[in-house]
Amino acid sequence: MTIRFVLLVNKQGQTRLAQYYEYLTIDERRALEGEIVRKCLARSENQCSFVEHRNYKIIYRRYASLFFLVGVDGEENELAILEFIHCVVETMDRYFGNVCELDIMFHLEKAHFMLEEMVMNGCIVETNKVNILAPIQLMDKSS
Amino acid sequence: MSSQGGWGSSKEFLDLVKSIGEAKSKAEEERIVAAEIEMLKRRIVEPDVPRKKMKEYIIRLVYVEMLGHDASFGYIQAVKMTHDDNLLLKRSGYLAVTLFLNEDHDLIILIVNTIQKDLKSDNYLVCCAALTAVCKLLNEETILAVLPQVVELLAHPKELVRKKAVMALHRFHQRSPSSVSHLIPKFRQILCDKDPSVMSAALCALFDLVTADANAYRNLTTSFVSILKQVVEHRLSKLFDYHRTPAPFIQIKILKILALLGAGEKHTSENMYSVLAEVLKRSDAASNIGNAILYECICTITTIHASPRLLEVAAEITSRFLKSENHNYKYMGIDALGRVIKINPDFAEQHQLAVIDCLEDPDDTLKRKTLDLLYKMTKSSNVEVIVEHMISYMRTLNDAHNKTELASRVIELAERFAPSNQWFIQTMNQVFELAGDLVPPKVAHDLMRLLAEGAGEDDEEADSLLRSSAVESYLHVLGEPKLPSVLLQVICWVLGEYGTADGTHSADDIIGRLCDVAESHPGDITVKGYSITAITKICAFEISAGRQVDLIPECRTFIEDLLASHSTDLQQRAYELQAILALSPETVANILPMDASCEDIEVDRNLSFLNEFVESAAANGARSYMPENERSGMSTVVTGTHEQLEPSAHALRFEAYEVPKPAAPPPIAAAPAALPFPDFEEQKPESSRSLRKQLAADREPDADSLNPEIVRLRLDGVQKKWGRYSQPQSSSTSTSSLDRRGDHGSDQVTQVGGGHREAVAASSIESGSVSELRQIERKKPQPEISTEKQRLAASLFGGPTASGRFSGSGGAKVSSRPGTVVQPAEKVLPPRPSSGGSKEKASDAGISKQIAAPSIPAPVDLLDMSDDNVPRVMTTAPGNDPFKQLEGLLEPVTTSSALPVPPQTASMDLMSLYDGNPAPSATGPVTTVPDLVSIAAPSSNSGASQSSTNGFPSLMDLGDLSASPFVELTGSVQGQASSKPMSQLKKGPSRQDSLQKDAASRHVGVTPTGTNPALFQDLFG
Repeated sequence: MTIRFVLLVNKQGQTRLAQYYEYLTIDERRALEGEIVRKCLARSENQCSFVEHRNYKIIYRRYASLFFLVGVDGEENELAILEFIHCVVETMDRYFGNVCELDIMFHLEKAHFMLEEMVMNGCIVETNKVNILAPIQLMDKSS
Repeated sequence: MSSQGGWGSSKEFLDLVKSIGEAKSKAEEERIVAAEIEMLKRRIVEPDVPRKKMKEYIIRLVYVEMLGHDASFGYIQAVKMTHDDNLLLKRSGYLAVTLFLNEDHDLIILIVNTIQKDLKSDNYLVCCAALTAVCKLLNEETILAVLPQVVELLAHPKELVRKKAVMALHRFHQRSPSSVSHLIPKFRQILCDKDPSVMSAALCALFDLVTADANAYRNLTTSFVSILKQVVEHRLSKLFDYHRTPAPFIQIKILKILALLGAGEKHTSENMYSVLAEVLKRSDAASNIGNAILYECICTITTIHASPRLLEVAAEITSRFLKSENHNYKYMGIDALGRVIKINPDFAEQHQLAVIDCLEDPDDTLKRKTLDLLYKMTKSSNVEVIVEHMISYMRTLNDAHNKTELASRVIELAERFAPSNQWFIQTMNQVFELAGDLVPPKVAHDLMRLLAEGAGEDDEEADSLLRSSAVESYLHVLGEPKLPSVLLQVICWVLGEYGTADGTHSADDIIGRLCDVAESHPGDITVKGYSITAITKICAFEISAGRQVDLIPECRTFIEDLLASHSTDLQQRAYELQAILALSPETVANILPMDASCEDIEVDRNLSFLNEFVESAAANGARSYMPENERSGMSTVVTGTHEQLEPSAHALRFEAYEVPKPAAPPPIAAAPAALPFPDFEEQKPESSRSLRKQLAADREPDADSLNPEIVRLRLDGVQKKWGRYSQPQSSSTSTSSLDRRGDHGSDQVTQVGGGHREAVAASSIESGSVSELRQIERKKPQPEISTEKQRLAASLFGGPTASGRFSGSGGAKVSSRPGTVVQPAEKVLPPRPSSGGSKEKASDAGISKQIAAPSIPAPVDLLDMSDDNVPRVMTTAPGNDPFKQLEGLLEPVTTSSALPVPPQTASMDLMSLYDGNPAPSATGPVTTVPDLVSIAAPSSNSGASQSSTNGFPSLMDLGDLSASPFVELTGSVQGQASSKPMSQLKKGPSRQDSLQKDAASRHVGVTPTGTNPALFQDLFG
């Protein structure tokens, strides 16, 4: 039960954030992202939010122009991951305030820090928004 | 959030992001990135780049890599950045390094020192940054360098640090279990940490540990149960809630662990029943997250020792999922159904229509999931329908991974449940056609063997009908363009073996088709080889039947081509064909008898047929044979021509060199191989020699007959044994047919002999099971049902659920053909032209089949499967666990099977939940709110008082985060940094913030009126 990667992609298929929990070379990432994005973006609203691709199961959710995609391995609770995505977005929203694509682009490292707090070794370790944001806000304050 | 320094980046960076964000095409993006790379390459090596500027460069490098380009030129800058004193810069450096490098990268060694230093830092945020990096950067060797410090941090006063230290250990355990094996007990201790976050981190590690060995952790069951109970009863701080559900991700993690612990363990499972019932009762079936927990409950309930009452609830929830309009729930429902029917197969029937709906849904994911389910519930009564669906789905696929997987499933089902051989062959043909070269070659060989051996009964007629139908279907298939190589090989083999057998097709006809095959695949040597061999066989059959063979011109050119082929294998086959054409009918009939592909080949390992020859040679004064090891010593002495010196070497050895030799394998191996033996076998006319090889190869399609190297190599061994004492003379023409047969056998034993026997035995078992399968009752005629769907449902689920195996129409179909009589035992094998040992061989094979027949494994009905096969081990005595003692204090929970309200099937809008504005469609959750709160509030209080009065460190105790100094700190941060209250239900900060942001963006020239307004679109908007 591990998350293998978290991807943020806009509706043109451009990667906005990518975090892998296993090492893939740049070319492998590129190929994987291309294939997945093509698959997910082609799906309609009322189809289910899960797509199987190679050995991954991808759970995705769309927010405005951004797609959040999470790749997991076999025995993962898809609905829970779907809600985890929402939790990520809520956390970002709390930090940035009405978060939009450009917020994430301008503050790529902050978005990564949040993800680092929430997921470690591919496991969800924290969903308490106060706990997630506290170290980041402290850091902002100190610098 | 501009107040937090968000727009402090340089104009340059903002422009870059803006241009990337507004790039219209991939090509444009590539151009931007390429220019960026050039710029960065120049800039980062400039002296005295300000540190903040450098951080910006590094983030730009992250962009470069994220967009798929190499940024390795800047890695070293990221490594340097980790040394920085500024926390934000340091953490950015660590982030970049974890994104760029894998744990075996050369640069890692430069960071280990920094990590060591940072782990000792007084600033706990620095520790955290280092621990985060530790999780991604260290390999087996470097783990040891930081392990002591990480272990120390497990006792850090800050829960954030403890949590990350636990995760670092978890990572170490994943990466190199031996390095932390002595720390395993720590994970148990951490489970009792007063902070829920730290406890939840320990769950990750414990999940891995329990997966590896559940027995060792069974005594923790009560602790897990107790934690879950406290979580469900809402005793954690509200901050851990997710949409009013208490710590759902912790609940799910514990449920997963409980499933592992309870599998096949009655006693352990019984301890979980009450808490599972509680979770079921409390989960909100109207929200996604509630359903996620319910689904996880189903997984747990169906994995542990079954409780009828819980199963009933699980089944009800599954029904609800399946009936939902929401595709996500349907998907979960199909998955849950697969789990429930493993325990209660009858449950499938009431949901057949829902399953059919999913199967026919245009949604690919759902369809696949349903096929997964059907695959699990396939039995002989529904195999045809299910395989048909799988194949029609396979037609729509175009990626290799899925196709391979699906093809292997179809093959598995077909092999296990095939109602008839005809069906099996047709199914296989379809699989070959669709999946082509993704099918493993073994499947093709199995198919050929099935055709060769027929039903395994003494029913020649049925077998030949089967073969004729195969020939017909293959001739038909050949008309299609682009066939995969494996299928062509099967086709060639079948046409060669049986193409002319029933007399409907003339030899020229078949040969013509075979030539076409070879011609249309000029690059495929394997197919060509199969094709020429098939032609050889057909010619041989013609010759032995006494007919004149006059090759068609097309075939002649083909042979001409092959005679000059670059492939020695093809050349050899062509020469063999030529040689056969010149032989007499009797000889040909001996070499390639009709329909003898599955005869057992007797192997005379002693080579006794050569006795006569050896004796006559000995009588003429030849020396007797001496085993290789006895004459090995002389090889070191040999200097001149080997043949001349060898006798004297022998003499020397016995008389003068009696001294025991040290065991020296190298000379043994080297000497004989290098000797220039008179190689009479090699000098013989190629054709007759290799024909026998060919014969051997033909007899065993499984063997690597297309690899002459192997044949040649092994033959050398035989020659060494016999060749040196024989005068050059031709042996093949003078030996009797029995000898030839035996000789052939000796080739066989060196090539494939061992494997062949096994293969024959295995195949006779297989054919036996096929014969049994034929008898399995075929699908009953369906009663007249109104809709197509219902018919499909009935064929999938209906019919006799017990798989009746009495011989029904299937068996009758085969045996009721006119003129079929019970074959006498001698007719087990087809008659073949007389040769010395044929009778013994035939009866031999017959016996082996008879022996094999009783051991047929009955086809397993998947639905009968229970999970009782998990080894049962007694639980060890529970350790001294604070949670256990706490457990006694908790009042027993009344189990209730009352189900939560059915889900809001209409599109449920979670956003509206989040907003707190009750949307029309979300009335369900809203009405439950007061309920939940009232449950939560008192229990939270009582939990705290209970545990504190007893003095046990419970979750509850300090779960109340308001007591933590850290929270006070964050609270103050919040208070100063932003004006929004923590518990604010309304999303986001004030409108003022957005306006500020907007103003700032205008200030830097990034306006919402730009080319891509979507960039500014509020994600929740």
